[in-house]
Amino acid sequence: MILKNLKYIIAGTLFGIIAVKSEIISWFRIQEMFRLTSFHMYGVIGTAVIVGMISIQIIKRLNIKTLSGEKISIAPKSFQKGQIYGGLIFGFGWAITGACPGPLFAQIGSGFGVITVTLLSAIFGTWVYGYFKNKLPN
Amino acid sequence: MLEFLRQPWHWSISGLLIGLTVPILLILGNKSFGISSTLRQVCAACIPANIDFFKYDWKKDSWNLFFVIGIVLGGFIGNSLLSNPNTIVISAQTQQELMALGIKDFSGLLPTDLFNLQNLFTLKGFIFIVLGGFLVGFGTRWAGGCTSGHAIMGLSNLQIPSLIATICFMVGGFVMTWLILPFLLTL
Repeated sequence: MILKNLKYIIAGTLFGIIAVKSEIISWFRIQEMFRLTSFHMYGVIGTAVIVGMISIQIIKRLNIKTLSGEKISIAPKSFQKGQIYGGLIFGFGWAITGACPGPLFAQIGSGFGVITVTLLSAIFGTWVYGYFKNKLPN
Repeated sequence: MLEFLRQPWHWSISGLLIGLTVPILLILGNKSFGISSTLRQVCAACIPANIDFFKYDWKKDSWNLFFVIGIVLGGFIGNSLLSNPNTIVISAQTQQELMALGIKDFSGLLPTDLFNLQNLFTLKGFIFIVLGGFLVGFGTRWAGGCTSGHAIMGLSNLQIPSLIATICFMVGGFVMTWLILPFLLTL
């Protein structure tokens, strides 16, 4: 199982290194983004989106396959009210913790052990959402 | 080479590399970039508690658990072997504004004034370390994705719902930063 998933461990490792080096896991950088005092985060995310967009267009137009020859398919996202309510709540949390889920893992790896508590709390938050899902507007 | 990698990276290089994660995961195994779903995976694997939302074959999507294990490793390498020898340069204005709100330590990725174990048992520490995490986990799942799944993967694939989610992420962040954080930081 580990061998089959080794490629994802390697991809994750590269992403973790990039997350640290791009400073997107810095609480200060997230503050700058929301305080509009620096272009850094907008530059990083904007470039990432443009590169992602071009890549997906190339994959679709040239009909590029996966390594094992499978056709690449991306599930479309459907609109739900949760994208608004949940989006706002995540925004609150993002500004407080200075981290979205990916950076939480990178911060822990960087030696901020206390963020393990933040991660556990995020897992608990996900669990509480699952518990109340049917009572919330989705 | 190592010296070259250790210096701070320009935002365009960082953005390029983060953006390339999208095609890399697609080509490696038809996987859509998205990290918050791993939190659901952990719930499904460890504490499903007979909740429908957590009753699915999480093992089928276990690739993302390996991906986040990699992120932890990468975080370690990035902050040790490849770490920038100098303090991250944030804008003078950011620094001034945060100093006015009581932040003193600008040396690391996170201000240790807020994020340390001793603080965990204070109201302020509880809000920043525990409540913040809760909002991230609850909000991303309700929104069906986070910065990676919606803002990067979803926008890259021209998804309108992802644009709506991303706008809401930003609005939430602005409201928290401008209206609530000044109060929370001076608790």
